[in-house]
Amino acid sequence: MELRFDGRSVLVTGGSTGIGAAVAEAFGAAGARVAVHYNRSAEAAQQVLDAITATGAEGALVQADLTEPGAAERVVGEVVERWGGVDVLVNNAGDMIGRSAVEDATDELYESIMDLNLRQLFQCCRAVIPGMRERGGGAIVNVSSIAARTGGAGGAVMYATSKGAVSTLTRGLAKEVAGDNIRVNALAPGVIETAFHTRHTDPEKWQGLMASIPLGRAGRPEECVAPTLLLASDEHGGFITGHSLEVNGGQLMP
Amino acid sequence: MSMFDLSGKVALVTGGGRGLGRGMALALAEAGADVVVTSRNEAELDESVRQLGAYPGDPLAVPADLSAPEGPEQVVAAVGEQRGPIDVMVHAAGLQVRKPALELSLEEWDRVQSVHLRAAFSLSQTIGRDMIDRGSGGSIILVSSLTANIGIRNTSAYGAAKSGIEGLMRTLAAEWATHGVRVNAVTPGFFHTELTDAMFQDEQRREWMLGRIPMGRAGTPEDLAGAAVFLASDASAYVTGQAIAVDGGWLAA
Repeated sequence: MELRFDGRSVLVTGGSTGIGAAVAEAFGAAGARVAVHYNRSAEAAQQVLDAITATGAEGALVQADLTEPGAAERVVGEVVERWGGVDVLVNNAGDMIGRSAVEDATDELYESIMDLNLRQLFQCCRAVIPGMRERGGGAIVNVSSIAARTGGAGGAVMYATSKGAVSTLTRGLAKEVAGDNIRVNALAPGVIETAFHTRHTDPEKWQGLMASIPLGRAGRPEECVAPTLLLASDEHGGFITGHSLEVNGGQLMP
Repeated sequence: MSMFDLSGKVALVTGGGRGLGRGMALALAEAGADVVVTSRNEAELDESVRQLGAYPGDPLAVPADLSAPEGPEQVVAAVGEQRGPIDVMVHAAGLQVRKPALELSLEEWDRVQSVHLRAAFSLSQTIGRDMIDRGSGGSIILVSSLTANIGIRNTSAYGAAKSGIEGLMRTLAAEWATHGVRVNAVTPGFFHTELTDAMFQDEQRREWMLGRIPMGRAGTPEDLAGAAVFLASDASAYVTGQAIAVDGGWLAA
Protein backbone atom coordinates (compact mmCIF):
# COMPACT_ATOMS: atom_id res chain seq x y z
CA MET A 1 0.00 0.00 0.00
CA GLU A 2 1.44 3.31 -1.02
CA LEU A 3 -0.15 6.63 -0.17
CA ARG A 4 0.02 8.91 -3.19
CA PHE A 5 -0.93 12.55 -3.42
CA ASP A 6 -0.18 13.22 -7.07
CA GLY A 7 -1.60 16.49 -8.25
CA ARG A 8 -2.68 17.47 -4.73
CA SER A 9 -1.67 20.74 -3.21
CA VAL A 10 -0.55 20.52 0.40
CA LEU A 11 0.18 23.29 2.89
CA VAL A 12 2.28 22.43 5.95
CA THR A 13 2.57 25.18 8.53
CA GLY A 14 5.72 25.12 10.60
CA GLY A 15 7.22 23.00 7.83
CA SER A 16 10.88 23.93 8.22
CA THR A 17 11.83 21.76 11.18
CA GLY A 18 10.89 18.67 13.18
CA ILE A 19 7.64 16.89 12.45
CA GLY A 20 6.54 19.53 9.95
CA ALA A 21 9.72 19.15 7.88
CA ALA A 22 9.47 15.34 7.83
CA VAL A 23 5.82 15.52 6.82
CA ALA A 24 6.42 18.16 4.12
CA GLU A 25 9.21 16.12 2.55
CA ALA A 26 7.07 12.97 2.62
CA PHE A 27 4.19 14.68 0.83
CA GLY A 28 6.65 15.75 -1.85
CA ALA A 29 7.94 12.20 -2.21
CA ALA A 30 4.30 11.08 -2.51
CA GLY A 31 3.78 13.33 -5.54
CA ALA A 32 2.14 16.37 -3.98
CA ARG A 33 2.87 20.02 -4.56
CA VAL A 34 4.00 21.20 -1.15
CA ALA A 35 3.92 24.68 0.32
CA VAL A 36 6.32 24.88 3.26
CA HIS A 37 5.38 27.61 5.67
CA TYR A 38 8.07 28.89 8.02
CA ASN A 39 8.59 31.87 10.25
CA ARG A 40 12.20 32.36 11.33
CA SER A 41 14.04 29.29 10.01
CA ALA A 42 14.65 30.41 6.43
CA GLU A 43 17.70 28.23 5.94
CA ALA A 44 16.04 25.10 7.28
CA ALA A 45 12.96 25.81 5.16
CA GLN A 46 15.13 26.08 2.06
CA GLN A 47 16.66 22.67 2.84
CA VAL A 48 13.18 21.15 3.09
CA LEU A 49 12.23 22.75 -0.20
CA ASP A 50 15.41 21.43 -1.81
CA ALA A 51 14.61 17.92 -0.57
CA ILE A 52 11.12 18.20 -2.06
CA THR A 53 12.23 19.49 -5.44
CA ALA A 54 15.09 16.95 -5.57
CA THR A 55 12.44 14.22 -5.92
CA GLY A 56 10.97 16.06 -8.91
CA ALA A 57 8.02 17.39 -6.92
CA GLU A 58 6.91 20.98 -6.96
CA GLY A 59 7.35 23.07 -3.84
CA ALA A 60 7.20 26.59 -2.51
CA LEU A 61 8.17 28.54 0.57
CA VAL A 62 5.78 30.84 2.41
CA GLN A 63 7.11 33.02 5.18
CA ALA A 64 4.85 34.41 7.86
CA ASP A 65 4.51 35.03 11.56
CA LEU A 66 1.12 33.36 11.82
CA THR A 67 0.31 35.24 15.01
CA GLU A 68 0.19 38.52 13.06
CA PRO A 69 -3.29 39.69 12.06
CA GLY A 70 -4.18 38.52 8.56
CA ALA A 71 -1.14 36.23 8.25
CA ALA A 72 -3.07 32.94 8.07
CA GLU A 73 -5.30 34.30 5.31
CA ARG A 74 -2.28 35.59 3.41
CA VAL A 75 -0.44 32.24 3.62
CA VAL A 76 -3.46 30.30 2.40
CA GLY A 77 -4.09 32.94 -0.25
CA GLU A 78 -0.57 32.60 -1.62
CA VAL A 79 -0.97 28.85 -2.04
CA VAL A 80 -4.36 29.23 -3.67
CA GLU A 81 -2.98 31.81 -6.06
CA ARG A 82 -0.05 29.58 -6.98
CA TRP A 83 -1.82 26.23 -7.33
CA GLY A 84 -5.53 27.03 -7.43
CA GLY A 85 -6.38 25.67 -4.00
CA VAL A 86 -5.38 23.68 -0.94
CA ASP A 87 -6.34 19.99 -0.87
CA VAL A 88 -4.54 19.11 2.34
CA LEU A 89 -3.76 21.44 5.23
CA VAL A 90 -1.39 20.23 7.94
CA ASN A 91 -1.60 22.63 10.86
CA ASN A 92 1.72 21.85 12.44
CA ALA A 93 2.96 25.27 13.55
CA GLY A 94 3.09 25.64 17.30
CA ASP A 95 5.34 25.70 20.31
CA MET A 96 5.29 25.61 24.08
CA ILE A 97 7.01 29.04 24.13
CA GLY A 98 7.91 28.68 27.78
CA ARG A 99 7.24 26.60 30.86
CA SER A 100 5.59 28.27 33.80
CA ALA A 101 3.40 27.35 36.73
CA VAL A 102 -0.08 28.77 36.29
CA GLU A 103 0.27 31.02 39.35
CA ASP A 104 3.41 32.56 37.88
CA ALA A 105 2.22 32.91 34.30
CA THR A 106 1.62 36.36 32.88
CA ASP A 107 -1.30 37.25 30.65
CA GLU A 108 1.25 37.87 27.93
CA LEU A 109 2.61 34.32 28.14
CA TYR A 110 -0.90 32.86 28.15
CA GLU A 111 -1.92 34.93 25.14
CA SER A 112 1.21 34.17 23.17
CA ILE A 113 0.69 30.43 23.70
CA MET A 114 -2.97 30.61 22.69
CA ASP A 115 -2.23 32.83 19.68
CA LEU A 116 0.45 30.51 18.35
CA ASN A 117 -1.14 27.12 19.02
CA LEU A 118 -4.83 27.85 18.71
CA ARG A 119 -5.85 31.13 17.12
CA GLN A 120 -3.74 30.88 13.96
CA LEU A 121 -4.74 27.21 13.59
CA PHE A 122 -8.38 28.22 13.74
CA GLN A 123 -7.68 30.96 11.20
CA CYS A 124 -5.90 28.58 8.83
CA CYS A 125 -8.84 26.14 9.01
CA ARG A 126 -11.28 28.94 8.41
CA ALA A 127 -9.30 30.18 5.43
CA VAL A 128 -9.11 26.84 3.58
CA ILE A 129 -12.67 25.60 4.04
CA PRO A 130 -14.48 27.61 1.34
CA GLY A 131 -11.93 26.59 -1.27
CA MET A 132 -12.00 22.95 -0.24
CA ARG A 133 -15.78 22.93 -0.41
CA GLU A 134 -15.64 24.44 -3.88
CA ARG A 135 -13.16 21.79 -5.02
CA GLY A 136 -15.36 18.99 -3.70
CA GLY A 137 -13.50 18.15 -0.52
CA GLY A 138 -10.22 18.13 1.33
CA ALA A 139 -8.42 17.00 4.45
CA ILE A 140 -7.12 18.89 7.47
CA VAL A 141 -4.66 17.37 9.93
CA ASN A 142 -4.19 19.37 13.11
CA VAL A 143 -1.08 18.57 15.10
CA SER A 144 -2.25 18.34 18.69
CA SER A 145 -0.26 16.72 21.50
CA ILE A 146 -0.41 14.02 24.12
CA ALA A 147 -0.75 16.99 26.48
CA ALA A 148 -4.25 17.61 25.12
CA ARG A 149 -5.41 14.68 27.24
CA THR A 150 -2.87 14.64 30.06
CA GLY A 151 -3.07 18.32 30.89
CA GLY A 152 0.66 18.68 30.47
CA ALA A 153 3.34 18.47 33.11
CA GLY A 154 6.15 20.65 34.38
CA GLY A 155 4.80 24.08 33.61
CA ALA A 156 3.03 23.08 30.41
CA VAL A 157 -0.56 23.62 31.49
CA MET A 158 -1.23 26.55 29.15
CA TYR A 159 0.34 24.68 26.25
CA ALA A 160 -1.75 21.60 27.10
CA THR A 161 -4.85 23.75 27.29
CA SER A 162 -4.21 25.16 23.83
CA LYS A 163 -3.73 21.62 22.46
CA GLY A 164 -6.89 20.41 24.22
CA ALA A 165 -8.70 23.15 22.37
CA VAL A 166 -7.11 21.97 19.11
CA SER A 167 -8.50 18.48 19.70
CA THR A 168 -11.92 19.85 20.52
CA LEU A 169 -11.88 22.12 17.48
CA THR A 170 -10.94 19.07 15.42
CA ARG A 171 -13.98 17.08 16.58
CA GLY A 172 -16.42 19.92 16.18
CA LEU A 173 -15.13 21.10 12.83
CA ALA A 174 -15.12 17.51 11.55
CA LYS A 175 -18.86 17.37 12.07
CA GLU A 176 -19.42 20.84 10.69
CA VAL A 177 -17.78 20.16 7.34
CA ALA A 178 -18.32 16.39 6.90
CA GLY A 179 -21.17 17.12 4.54
CA ASP A 180 -18.74 18.99 2.30
CA ASN A 181 -16.49 15.94 2.08
CA ILE A 182 -13.85 17.66 4.17
CA ARG A 183 -12.25 15.46 6.81
CA VAL A 184 -10.64 16.92 9.92
CA ASN A 185 -8.42 14.85 12.19
CA ALA A 186 -5.72 15.37 14.75
CA LEU A 187 -2.29 13.88 15.17
CA ALA A 188 -1.34 13.71 18.85
CA PRO A 189 2.41 13.10 19.19
CA GLY A 190 3.96 12.07 22.47
CA VAL A 191 7.65 12.71 23.05
CA ILE A 192 9.28 13.17 19.65
CA GLU A 193 12.99 13.89 19.23
CA THR A 194 12.93 17.44 17.91
CA ALA A 195 14.25 20.87 18.78
CA PHE A 196 11.03 21.35 20.77
CA HIS A 197 12.56 19.31 23.59
CA THR A 198 16.02 20.81 23.15
CA ARG A 199 14.36 24.11 23.95
CA HIS A 200 11.93 23.06 26.64
CA THR A 201 13.07 19.84 28.34
CA ASP A 202 16.17 19.48 30.49
CA PRO A 203 18.12 16.18 30.60
CA GLU A 204 16.66 15.14 33.94
CA LYS A 205 13.09 15.67 32.77
CA TRP A 206 13.98 13.84 29.55
CA GLN A 207 15.07 10.75 31.51
CA GLY A 208 11.81 10.82 33.43
CA LEU A 209 9.86 11.00 30.19
CA MET A 210 11.71 8.03 28.72
CA ALA A 211 10.90 5.94 31.79
CA SER A 212 7.20 6.64 31.27
CA ILE A 213 7.07 5.35 27.69
CA PRO A 214 6.27 1.63 27.28
CA LEU A 215 8.24 1.41 24.02
CA GLY A 216 11.17 2.78 26.04
CA ARG A 217 12.29 5.50 23.67
CA ALA A 218 11.25 8.79 22.15
CA GLY A 219 9.64 8.83 18.75
CA ARG A 220 11.31 10.20 15.63
CA PRO A 221 9.74 12.88 13.42
CA GLU A 222 9.66 10.29 10.60
CA GLU A 223 7.36 8.15 12.76
CA CYS A 224 4.74 10.91 12.57
CA VAL A 225 4.83 10.85 8.78
CA ALA A 226 2.78 7.75 7.95
CA PRO A 227 0.08 8.60 10.53
CA THR A 228 -0.26 12.07 9.01
CA LEU A 229 -0.39 10.73 5.46
CA LEU A 230 -3.01 8.15 6.46
CA LEU A 231 -5.25 10.85 7.95
CA ALA A 232 -4.74 13.03 4.87
CA SER A 233 -5.44 10.26 2.35
CA ASP A 234 -8.95 10.13 0.91
CA GLU A 235 -8.12 6.77 -0.61
CA HIS A 236 -6.92 5.04 2.56
CA GLY A 237 -8.27 7.16 5.40
CA GLY A 238 -11.47 8.29 3.73
CA PHE A 239 -13.84 7.15 6.51
CA ILE A 240 -11.73 8.61 9.34
CA THR A 241 -12.81 12.01 10.62
CA GLY A 242 -12.94 13.73 13.99
CA HIS A 243 -10.32 11.30 15.26
CA SER A 244 -7.21 12.02 17.28
CA LEU A 245 -4.45 9.59 16.37
CA GLU A 246 -2.04 9.17 19.27
CA VAL A 247 1.57 8.52 18.29
CA ASN A 248 3.23 8.18 21.66
CA GLY A 249 4.91 4.79 22.10
CA GLY A 250 2.16 3.77 24.52
CA GLN A 251 2.86 6.65 26.94
CA LEU A 252 -0.86 7.37 27.02
CA MET A 253 -3.55 4.86 26.09
CA PRO A 254 -6.78 6.80 26.24
CA MET B 1 10.17 0.92 -0.11
CA SER B 2 6.84 1.86 1.33
CA MET B 3 6.48 2.08 5.11
CA PHE B 4 3.24 0.21 4.60
CA ASP B 5 4.92 -2.80 2.99
CA LEU B 6 4.13 -6.24 4.46
CA SER B 7 6.12 -8.42 2.07
CA GLY B 8 7.39 -11.58 3.72
CA LYS B 9 5.08 -11.20 6.72
CA VAL B 10 2.63 -13.89 7.80
CA ALA B 11 -0.72 -12.43 8.85
CA LEU B 12 -3.51 -14.36 10.56
CA VAL B 13 -7.01 -12.89 10.22
CA THR B 14 -9.76 -14.45 12.32
CA GLY B 15 -13.24 -13.97 11.00
CA GLY B 16 -11.51 -13.78 7.64
CA GLY B 17 -14.30 -15.51 5.75
CA ARG B 18 -16.52 -12.50 5.37
CA GLY B 19 -17.29 -8.89 6.19
CA LEU B 20 -14.68 -6.72 7.83
CA GLY B 21 -12.32 -9.66 8.38
CA ARG B 22 -12.25 -10.52 4.70
CA GLY B 23 -11.83 -6.83 3.83
CA MET B 24 -8.79 -6.53 6.09
CA ALA B 25 -7.38 -9.86 4.87
CA LEU B 26 -7.48 -8.59 1.30
CA ALA B 27 -5.86 -5.31 2.34
CA LEU B 28 -2.99 -7.09 4.12
CA ALA B 29 -2.49 -9.34 1.10
CA GLU B 30 -2.45 -6.35 -1.23
CA ALA B 31 0.28 -4.87 1.00
CA GLY B 32 2.31 -8.03 0.42
CA ALA B 33 1.55 -10.34 3.36
CA ASP B 34 0.98 -14.08 3.25
CA VAL B 35 -2.51 -14.13 4.71
CA VAL B 36 -4.11 -16.97 6.66
CA VAL B 37 -7.86 -16.72 7.19
CA THR B 38 -9.78 -18.65 9.80
CA SER B 39 -13.44 -19.08 10.69
CA ARG B 40 -15.91 -21.91 11.16
CA ASN B 41 -17.34 -21.67 7.66
CA GLU B 42 -15.18 -23.50 5.12
CA ALA B 43 -17.14 -22.31 2.10
CA GLU B 44 -16.64 -18.68 3.11
CA LEU B 45 -12.94 -19.30 3.74
CA ASP B 46 -12.58 -20.87 0.32
CA GLU B 47 -14.08 -17.78 -1.26
CA SER B 48 -11.69 -15.56 0.73
CA VAL B 49 -8.71 -17.64 -0.42
CA ARG B 50 -9.95 -17.36 -3.99
CA GLN B 51 -10.09 -13.56 -3.70
CA LEU B 52 -6.72 -13.47 -1.91
CA GLY B 53 -5.28 -15.24 -4.93
CA ALA B 54 -5.36 -11.93 -6.78
CA TYR B 55 -2.29 -10.84 -4.77
CA PRO B 56 1.28 -12.14 -4.79
CA GLY B 57 1.22 -13.72 -1.30
CA ASP B 58 0.50 -17.33 -0.41
CA PRO B 59 -3.02 -17.48 1.09
CA LEU B 60 -4.25 -20.26 3.35
CA ALA B 61 -7.54 -21.21 5.02
CA VAL B 62 -7.60 -22.83 8.46
CA PRO B 63 -11.15 -23.76 9.52
CA ALA B 64 -11.61 -23.61 13.28
CA ASP B 65 -14.11 -22.86 16.01
CA LEU B 66 -12.58 -20.08 18.09
CA SER B 67 -15.27 -20.43 20.75
CA ALA B 68 -13.93 -23.88 21.60
CA PRO B 69 -11.26 -23.74 24.34
CA GLU B 70 -8.63 -25.45 22.18
CA GLY B 71 -9.58 -23.54 18.98
CA PRO B 72 -7.07 -20.67 19.15
CA GLU B 73 -4.05 -22.88 19.88
CA GLN B 74 -4.99 -25.25 17.08
CA VAL B 75 -5.15 -22.38 14.61
CA VAL B 76 -1.78 -20.99 15.66
CA ALA B 77 -0.21 -24.46 15.44
CA ALA B 78 -1.65 -25.03 11.96
CA VAL B 79 -0.34 -21.69 10.73
CA GLY B 80 3.07 -22.43 12.21
CA GLU B 81 3.30 -25.76 10.41
CA GLN B 82 2.15 -24.48 7.05
CA ARG B 83 3.39 -20.89 6.87
CA GLY B 84 5.76 -20.35 9.79
CA PRO B 85 5.59 -17.88 12.67
CA ILE B 86 2.89 -15.22 12.72
CA ASP B 87 4.00 -11.57 12.36
CA VAL B 88 0.58 -9.93 12.31
CA MET B 89 -2.67 -11.03 13.89
CA VAL B 90 -6.04 -9.42 13.28
CA HIS B 91 -8.86 -10.67 15.49
CA ALA B 92 -12.00 -9.83 13.57
CA ALA B 93 -14.04 -12.91 14.44
CA GLY B 94 -17.28 -12.01 16.08
CA LEU B 95 -20.89 -12.82 16.52
CA GLN B 96 -23.80 -10.72 17.57
CA VAL B 97 -26.83 -11.74 19.62
CA ARG B 98 -29.10 -8.74 19.22
CA LYS B 99 -31.53 -8.91 22.14
CA PRO B 100 -32.66 -6.79 25.03
CA ALA B 101 -30.52 -7.49 28.09
CA LEU B 102 -33.62 -8.70 29.93
CA GLU B 103 -34.02 -11.51 27.40
CA LEU B 104 -30.41 -12.58 26.97
CA SER B 105 -29.54 -16.02 28.35
CA LEU B 106 -26.29 -16.75 30.14
CA GLU B 107 -25.50 -19.28 27.46
CA GLU B 108 -25.78 -16.56 24.80
CA TRP B 109 -23.68 -14.24 26.95
CA ASP B 110 -20.95 -16.86 27.26
CA ARG B 111 -20.96 -17.63 23.55
CA VAL B 112 -20.43 -13.96 22.66
CA GLN B 113 -17.69 -13.54 25.27
CA SER B 114 -15.85 -16.66 24.14
CA VAL B 115 -15.56 -15.73 20.47
CA HIS B 116 -14.72 -12.08 21.05
CA LEU B 117 -12.90 -11.80 24.32
CA ARG B 118 -11.61 -15.19 25.42
CA ALA B 119 -10.38 -15.97 21.91
CA ALA B 120 -8.74 -12.53 21.74
CA PHE B 121 -6.85 -13.29 24.93
CA SER B 122 -5.97 -16.85 23.99
CA LEU B 123 -4.82 -15.98 20.47
CA SER B 124 -2.86 -12.98 21.67
CA GLN B 125 -1.24 -14.98 24.47
CA THR B 126 -0.14 -17.79 22.16
CA ILE B 127 1.04 -15.51 19.36
CA GLY B 128 2.52 -12.88 21.69
CA ARG B 129 4.53 -15.53 23.52
CA ASP B 130 5.96 -16.75 20.24
CA MET B 131 6.81 -13.20 19.09
CA ILE B 132 8.57 -12.54 22.41
CA ASP B 133 10.44 -15.87 22.35
CA ARG B 134 11.62 -15.21 18.81
CA GLY B 135 12.51 -11.61 19.60
CA SER B 136 10.91 -10.70 16.32
CA GLY B 137 8.37 -8.14 17.49
CA GLY B 138 5.04 -8.05 15.77
CA SER B 139 1.67 -6.40 15.52
CA ILE B 140 -1.58 -7.53 17.08
CA ILE B 141 -4.76 -5.79 15.99
CA LEU B 142 -8.02 -6.38 17.82
CA VAL B 143 -11.31 -5.25 16.34
CA SER B 144 -13.30 -3.09 18.71
CA SER B 145 -16.64 -1.44 18.13
CA LEU B 146 -18.72 1.68 18.67
CA THR B 147 -20.37 -0.30 21.46
CA ALA B 148 -17.12 -0.16 23.45
CA ASN B 149 -17.57 3.61 23.57
CA ILE B 150 -21.27 4.33 23.60
CA GLY B 151 -24.42 2.55 24.71
CA ILE B 152 -26.35 0.96 21.87
CA ARG B 153 -29.40 -0.97 22.96
CA ASN B 154 -29.72 -4.72 22.47
CA THR B 155 -25.96 -5.25 22.40
CA SER B 156 -25.16 -5.91 26.07
CA ALA B 157 -22.99 -9.00 25.56
CA TYR B 158 -21.34 -7.59 22.45
CA GLY B 159 -20.66 -4.18 23.99
CA ALA B 160 -19.23 -5.77 27.13
CA ALA B 161 -16.98 -8.02 25.04
CA LYS B 162 -15.73 -5.14 22.89
CA SER B 163 -15.08 -2.97 25.96
CA GLY B 164 -13.14 -5.91 27.33
CA ILE B 165 -11.19 -6.16 24.11
CA GLU B 166 -10.09 -2.53 24.39
CA GLY B 167 -9.02 -3.08 27.99
CA LEU B 168 -7.11 -6.20 26.99
CA MET B 169 -5.50 -4.32 24.10
CA ARG B 170 -4.14 -1.61 26.40
CA THR B 171 -2.85 -4.10 28.98
CA LEU B 172 -1.05 -6.23 26.41
CA ALA B 173 0.39 -3.10 24.79
CA ALA B 174 1.85 -2.04 28.13
CA GLU B 175 3.21 -5.53 28.92
CA TRP B 176 4.76 -6.28 25.54
CA ALA B 177 6.01 -2.91 24.32
CA THR B 178 9.58 -3.58 25.44
CA HIS B 179 9.54 -6.71 23.26
CA GLY B 180 8.57 -4.74 20.18
CA VAL B 181 5.13 -6.31 20.09
CA ARG B 182 2.61 -3.58 19.41
CA VAL B 183 -1.05 -4.09 20.27
CA ASN B 184 -3.74 -1.80 18.92
CA ALA B 185 -7.39 -1.80 17.92
CA VAL B 186 -9.51 -0.54 15.10
CA THR B 187 -12.93 0.76 16.03
CA PRO B 188 -15.26 0.45 13.08
CA GLY B 189 -18.33 2.62 13.06
CA PHE B 190 -21.51 1.54 11.34
CA PHE B 191 -20.56 -0.83 8.53
CA HIS B 192 -22.86 -2.86 6.34
CA THR B 193 -21.93 -6.50 6.98
CA GLU B 194 -23.74 -9.71 7.80
CA LEU B 195 -23.68 -8.74 11.49
CA THR B 196 -25.50 -5.47 10.87
CA ASP B 197 -27.70 -6.51 7.96
CA ALA B 198 -30.78 -6.76 10.19
CA MET B 199 -30.36 -3.09 11.10
CA PHE B 200 -29.97 -2.12 7.47
CA GLN B 201 -33.22 -3.87 6.61
CA ASP B 202 -35.07 -1.92 9.30
CA GLU B 203 -35.63 1.49 7.73
CA GLN B 204 -36.20 3.34 10.98
CA ARG B 205 -33.03 2.03 12.61
CA ARG B 206 -31.02 2.52 9.43
CA GLU B 207 -32.06 6.16 9.19
CA TRP B 208 -31.27 6.70 12.88
CA MET B 209 -27.82 5.20 12.38
CA LEU B 210 -27.07 7.18 9.22
CA GLY B 211 -28.28 10.33 10.93
CA ARG B 212 -25.59 9.84 13.59
CA ILE B 213 -22.74 9.63 11.08
CA PRO B 214 -21.38 13.06 10.13
CA MET B 215 -20.14 11.72 6.79
CA GLY B 216 -23.68 10.56 6.09
CA ARG B 217 -22.90 7.04 4.94
CA ALA B 218 -22.12 3.62 6.36
CA GLY B 219 -18.65 2.17 6.03
CA THR B 220 -17.60 -0.49 3.57
CA PRO B 221 -14.99 -3.19 4.29
CA GLU B 222 -12.55 -1.26 2.05
CA ASP B 223 -12.76 1.68 4.45
CA LEU B 224 -10.89 -0.35 7.09
CA ALA B 225 -8.05 -1.28 4.76
CA GLY B 226 -5.89 1.78 5.38
CA ALA B 227 -6.06 1.61 9.16
CA ALA B 228 -5.45 -2.15 9.18
CA VAL B 229 -2.35 -1.98 6.98
CA PHE B 230 -1.13 1.05 8.92
CA LEU B 231 -1.33 -0.79 12.23
CA ALA B 232 0.09 -4.00 10.81
CA SER B 233 3.16 -2.35 9.28
CA ASP B 234 6.15 -0.24 10.29
CA ALA B 235 4.07 2.80 9.34
CA SER B 236 2.79 2.68 12.93
CA ALA B 237 6.16 1.90 14.57
CA TYR B 238 5.55 4.39 17.40
CA VAL B 239 1.86 3.58 17.87
CA THR B 240 0.78 1.10 20.54
CA GLY B 241 -2.14 0.83 22.92
CA GLN B 242 -4.42 2.87 20.67
CA ALA B 243 -7.84 2.37 19.16
CA ILE B 244 -8.26 4.03 15.78
CA ALA B 245 -11.83 5.02 15.03
CA VAL B 246 -12.88 4.49 11.43
CA ASP B 247 -16.41 5.67 11.76
CA GLY B 248 -17.20 8.61 9.51
CA GLY B 249 -17.03 10.87 12.55
CA TRP B 250 -19.58 9.10 14.79
CA LEU B 251 -17.43 9.11 17.93
CA ALA B 252 -16.47 12.75 17.43
CA ALA B 253 -20.05 13.54 18.39
